[in-house]
Amino acid sequence: MGIAGYLALIVWAVFVNNFILSQFLGICPFMGVSKKVESAVGMAAAVLFVITMASIITFLLYNALLVPWDLQYLKTILFILVIAALVQFVEMVIKKVSPTLFAALGIFLPLITTNCAVLGAALLAIQKDFNFMKTLVFGMASAVGFGLVLILFAAIRERLALNVATPKAMKGMPIALITASILSLAFLGFSGMVRM
Amino acid sequence: MSNQSLGSVFTAGIIRENPLLVLLLGMCPSLAVTTSVMNGLGMGAAVIFVLMCSNIVISLLRKIIPSAVRIPAFVVVIASFVTIVDMVMEGFAPDLHAALGVFIPLIVVNCVILARAEAFASKNSVLASAIDGLGMGLGFTLALVLVSAVREILGNGSILGINILGEGFAASPVLIMILPPGGFLTLGIIIAIMNKLRRA
Repeated sequence: MGIAGYLALIVWAVFVNNFILSQFLGICPFMGVSKKVESAVGMAAAVLFVITMASIITFLLYNALLVPWDLQYLKTILFILVIAALVQFVEMVIKKVSPTLFAALGIFLPLITTNCAVLGAALLAIQKDFNFMKTLVFGMASAVGFGLVLILFAAIRERLALNVATPKAMKGMPIALITASILSLAFLGFSGMVRM
Repeated sequence: MSNQSLGSVFTAGIIRENPLLVLLLGMCPSLAVTTSVMNGLGMGAAVIFVLMCSNIVISLLRKIIPSAVRIPAFVVVIASFVTIVDMVMEGFAPDLHAALGVFIPLIVVNCVILARAEAFASKNSVLASAIDGLGMGLGFTLALVLVSAVREILGNGSILGINILGEGFAASPVLIMILPPGGFLTLGIIIAIMNKLRRA
């Protein structure tokens, strides 16, 4: 696959098959940390880092450990443990190396273990039989798509919070979901642009 | 524990503390697989099984697991049951397995299950934990069926694959309802209605 193929994969993962708006992966952090643009940026950065690392490690472990011994059915258990350990490890490293970054990402890191986007990216790459480079590009592009939508959505919600006309029963989660619906409708316009 | 409190443990999950509509847990699968009632039921059944089994095992082990490593231990227990569901479903219901796709292994990170393990099973008796798992699982399934019924009726004119709104509607349904935006919209409106009813 040449450069054009990778570009197509990136466009597909970021826009056409966006993790949040068309795959429904990572809805919890999408709803949970999208009240402020600042925290959305922090979460997006942490997710980008963890998904990229997790894609590389799970790919290597799957092909080096599970495939030779015919243990593919253990992938869910192995991957979730790898992700939990990775998140913990990343937290320790960042704390040691860059206290400023740790202060910025701090609270978001533990949350990432239960972010289904991370496990989803690892499992989808295996399911689609991607090779190493494609797994890496797919993981990074998916995370960029996740971050993009998260930040866009946080910016909308900041405006929305100022709007006092929202009916009482609609406040909070319902109006956020309906906003996400409209955002998803906009992203539907990308569908069919690239086929994978 | 008396019978009455076991009864209230059971009903808590169904309405008062419905995991999806009140506690707002487990959004990802409830948006992704609710394009038809059959998928909603399949997902619900898988979640009931995993939730009950993991609650029972975690409750049995609650005095053995050191609290420092409890979360990884819970995750391993949950992941084992999810793998069982994944394999059973692949063998006996391959169509459903294909329709639910990656969301079957992703039950591992469904917040409902870890939340019940942490908040209930790790502190209560085996029987109470099993009943809590069943109640929460049923509540989650009911919510999934509700969302998927709305989406399937409007988006496909049918329920469980049986046409109920006539040929004319089925020929040009509100397709958007079974596409991703319809999922967000339906769940948002249902939660708003729940909010209104709970306050009234």
